[in-house]
Amino acid sequence: MKIAFTSKGKGWDDMIDPRFGRTDFLLIWDEEKEELTAFDNRNINSVAHGAGPQTAQKLSEFGAQVLITGNGPGGNALNILSRMDVTIYFGAGSMTISQAYDAYKNNQLQGGNNA
Amino acid sequence: MKIAIASGKGGTGKTTLAVNLASYAAQRAKVLLADLDVEEPNSGIFIAGHLLTEKTIFSMVPVWQQENCLMCGRCTKLCRFNALLQLGEKIIVMPQLCHSCYACSELCPASALPMEGKPLGILRHLKSRDLDFIESKLFIGIEQAVPLISQTLEYMSGNLSDHELELWDSPPGTSCPVITVTNAADFVLLVTEPTPFGLYDLNLTVETMEQLGKPFAVIVNRLGIGNDEVFKYCSKRNISVWTTFPDKRYIAELYSRGELIYPEVPEFRQSLDTILTNLDKIREQL
Amino acid sequence: MREIVILSGKGGTGKTSVAGSLALVAGKTAVIADCDVDAADLHLILKPERVKEEDFYSGYIAEIDFQKCSNCGRCLEVCRFGAVQKKKDQYYIDPVKCEGCGYCSYICPRGSIGMSEQKVGKLYHSHIRTGSLMIHASLGIGADNSGKLVARVKKDAQTTAEQNGYKYIIVDGSPGIGCPVISSLSGADFVLLITEPTRSALHDLKRVWELSQRFHLPAGCIINKADLNAEIRAEIEVFLQRNKILHLASLPYDNDFQRAITEGVSLVEYNSSKWSSCFQAIWQELSQTKEN
Repeated sequence: MKIAFTSKGKGWDDMIDPRFGRTDFLLIWDEEKEELTAFDNRNINSVAHGAGPQTAQKLSEFGAQVLITGNGPGGNALNILSRMDVTIYFGAGSMTISQAYDAYKNNQLQGGNNA
Repeated sequence: MKIAIASGKGGTGKTTLAVNLASYAAQRAKVLLADLDVEEPNSGIFIAGHLLTEKTIFSMVPVWQQENCLMCGRCTKLCRFNALLQLGEKIIVMPQLCHSCYACSELCPASALPMEGKPLGILRHLKSRDLDFIESKLFIGIEQAVPLISQTLEYMSGNLSDHELELWDSPPGTSCPVITVTNAADFVLLVTEPTPFGLYDLNLTVETMEQLGKPFAVIVNRLGIGNDEVFKYCSKRNISVWTTFPDKRYIAELYSRGELIYPEVPEFRQSLDTILTNLDKIREQL
Repeated sequence: MREIVILSGKGGTGKTSVAGSLALVAGKTAVIADCDVDAADLHLILKPERVKEEDFYSGYIAEIDFQKCSNCGRCLEVCRFGAVQKKKDQYYIDPVKCEGCGYCSYICPRGSIGMSEQKVGKLYHSHIRTGSLMIHASLGIGADNSGKLVARVKKDAQTTAEQNGYKYIIVDGSPGIGCPVISSLSGADFVLLITEPTRSALHDLKRVWELSQRFHLPAGCIINKADLNAEIRAEIEVFLQRNKILHLASLPYDNDFQRAITEGVSLVEYNSSKWSSCFQAIWQELSQTKEN
């Protein structure tokens, strides 16, 4: 499974970014290959309208099947995410990436429905 | 004659003025009141009329026709509002981001993006004796106010053009929605309160009106609170203050119950008379 | 770090007065973000001293280069917004009506129409008398108020808070329910709703609360001018209970609100004995409340 996190930094000890659309980074953890990839999303700050869908499209390009985030994506992003095969978990806003992953594995996060 | 009632700051009494002025003037003439604060229209609370028409207002957005599409990607690159995305082998349209410019639709080499109507909100037309009341309200989650405002204005000029006086309750602020409303009006009444917040926002709105070249006058509401800086400001800028309304708790209570003020408060009526007299003079000038 | 966003839906309910007092009570623990960029007022209470200023760009406008233009009129044919006008054989673009869609620019056979990004406002970082920092902005006239400037204000507030060890961010949000409000809410931990017992305010309270629930946020409410109308106040209280919104306070109709603003101070500074304890109690709840 490929797990995506909205993140404030590039590593396991960085904090989850509670936002989706304008998140600073997307971290993709490939469980099979045990590889962590970081995508710098900060160019999104120059976008006026439609930040959410642009970030969702990036997620689709990475082929993530699970998204772990803080507050949950806004309406426009959700519109795109709902067309992808992605299960969304939220409530990880004050955790590190590592803590969020553990919480997800232990069924401690909210959500878990396909959008 | 089309009069927009605007204010920089919210909560200064725009709607109070609009509904009271409209109802009062309708006792003697055919009046149209339009609530164009489409995100949060509130005038309807004060108007008791019967519903004549209710219609859904649409904006035109592209719809993707897979059969014709060549997957050239021109549309996604063209759109400056990020309203078109490619997801795998599909083109996705985000209607809420679309500004209805038709570029993608008309420039698609395969005619795979015909334009269709998307619901924006509801326009309601009510009537209460000699008062026609139009209210447009955005559906929740629709982000753009301007398309609904523009179409409401078109509906009014197409169907309801025989009123002596049109009063348009505008959205607050100084950005696109307010510009759309005030730009289309003949004259603008700016409602403010005599406080630092009121003055600061009035100044922004005055600058906007001057940039648009729109004639306007100021009405000061809640006289008694704050200070007299707003009067000094208007005097220095040669801005006409047509009248004032007092700060009375009783008025706030009437407003809170959704009731009109002028039937209960004589001095309120006097100020409305002043406004109507001045509007007659403006009509002659226009 | 905990982010509290203050919204009201309707203007004039006292949102900015509440934000100002909470800023004073929170003192050095909170960075203040004024996201009401269309009609920013919080600075009139907090009197920020600017440390940093930056131009803000958003939205594009088309412009015709007259030297290259051949007057073919194709731009006028395609523009859906009435932004292209012809005066004395020359075509012009009206910047007020131009939506920035770029259609004319794309099809101009001479490439004489360029799209340029507009400077629409300014972003400020400032010191305030609480010993803390304030991030605020001003948007120019007629500017497209997307979520972009609000998002930028919030982002700068977050970065500032992280770098300087602030525990809280207090956000004075925009009125209405459109893009700037949505952007104010994104990334928040708690939403504080300010209302008053009038039909209009209750109506708007419901709409803005519904919007905040898309982000699954715990919410609280302050009812201002609470003694104005007992019937509507009761309706508000039922709405709060039904939707598990924390009822933080009911404040009476009081001229102090206006008097304090006129003097350019917060309520708690204007009349400490009357207002301090109630705002301290509100802040205690906001700063310690467990998330749902």
